[in-house]
Amino acid sequence: MKTIAFLLTIAVGILLLMASLDLPNWGSPESPASKHLSTHYIEKSIEETSVPNLVTSVLADYRGYDTMFETVVIFCAGITVLIVLRFTHGEKDKSTKPRPSRQDGDIILQTAARLLVPVMQLFALYVIAHGHHSPGGGFQGGVILGASFILLAISYDLKAVFKRFKKNSVLVLCSTGVLIYVGIGFTCLLLGRNFLAYAAWARFLGITEVEAHSRGMLGVEIGVAITVMAIMFSLYADIASGGDLDEGL
Amino acid sequence: MNEFIAFIIAKYNYWAALILMLIGLYGMLSKNNLLKKVIGMSIFQSAIILFYLSTGVKKGATIPIIEHGHGSAEHMVINAAHYANPLPHVLMLTAIVVGVGTLGVALAVIQKIYQTHGTIEEDEILESIER
Amino acid sequence: MNWDASFLWQFDVLLLFMLITLAITALTVRDLVAATIVLGAYSFVMCLLWTVMLAVDVAFTEAAVGAGVSTVLLLGTALHVKRKSKD
Repeated sequence: MKTIAFLLTIAVGILLLMASLDLPNWGSPESPASKHLSTHYIEKSIEETSVPNLVTSVLADYRGYDTMFETVVIFCAGITVLIVLRFTHGEKDKSTKPRPSRQDGDIILQTAARLLVPVMQLFALYVIAHGHHSPGGGFQGGVILGASFILLAISYDLKAVFKRFKKNSVLVLCSTGVLIYVGIGFTCLLLGRNFLAYAAWARFLGITEVEAHSRGMLGVEIGVAITVMAIMFSLYADIASGGDLDEGL
Repeated sequence: MNEFIAFIIAKYNYWAALILMLIGLYGMLSKNNLLKKVIGMSIFQSAIILFYLSTGVKKGATIPIIEHGHGSAEHMVINAAHYANPLPHVLMLTAIVVGVGTLGVALAVIQKIYQTHGTIEEDEILESIER
Repeated sequence: MNWDASFLWQFDVLLLFMLITLAITALTVRDLVAATIVLGAYSFVMCLLWTVMLAVDVAFTEAAVGAGVSTVLLLGTALHVKRKSKD
């Protein structure tokens, strides 16, 4: 089996090597990937959306439909892990290993976590809010927020975190984020324009169309961040405890 | 000789991504342990992202955030060759986050297999199914 | 401010060699916890390489996701199943 795998890998490698000889050279500005549509995005992004960060403006405005479905994919992944691990039909457990045991809390770890977690959450909120002018945005801020809860769950116990952040609240927050994103799209539809055309808010709120694009982008980034935070924590809670949410790592 | 060196410099980023892809593919196909297969999948995925991002680099360019972007935009001339191409970055952001979702589902299935069969080596699982 | 992507090509080549070594190591060690930590280091070096290639948003996401959440999830699974693999 290993020799077959090795020969197959070498064959795929030779094929891809021959294909790579036709690709454009590294770093040339004449490559077809950089010519047709991306010059429009680079040159027109500030005058159409007033957001200097090109990646955020393309992600949340020009390609906002893809980002909406990506949020739905993350939501489905979290729900799938919940379904696979939390509901057992009473089959007998054939695993021969005892559960990993925890020692009583280490005081260095707990003090350090208590000092770090508020700073992490504040930084995550800054990353979400400043995503229009610096690298950042909804995903990065959401992951850092989720990681702050995971840090709390690793240094204290999973039950202690569940006292603050109830199991039902986690599920409600996952759905709220997706609802915010789709809701903003639908209100643009109700106000008379296409789905996710943020300019429909301009007459309603009394701002120019360019500013309406910027505010709409901020709204959808907040929705994405809420969903990503809840799903990251839910993934950790299910996987690290094997489904019964009893202990942590 | 000079042409050969120029040829290598023009294409070496694709070859680096290719070697990492082959390492990940070999890990997925030939390892017996299920968790090693998942690690191979993760290596394969980052190699693909490296390949895509290397097509967006321009010589002499800077990061895709427009400088002096505050304030009004009427008196700014933006030259597209000064900024790196933002389209591959956008696509790869989606790819990374979807990859985390895939990793989570794969690990949940591995834990369920361990609870049902008592092992995560592939040949032992096949014996346990046939029994 | 112009920042040439191939400012120090030696740095790029060094990072690529480290990547290949870390990838082969992660697939070869027998202890699953060690393989997880090596994969975390691989994610970190990948993030550095993407910063050199001017993809700062992607590098930010990979630093948060790859070296953070992905390593923790793999570690949680590796402690629940058998820690030593046969190959």
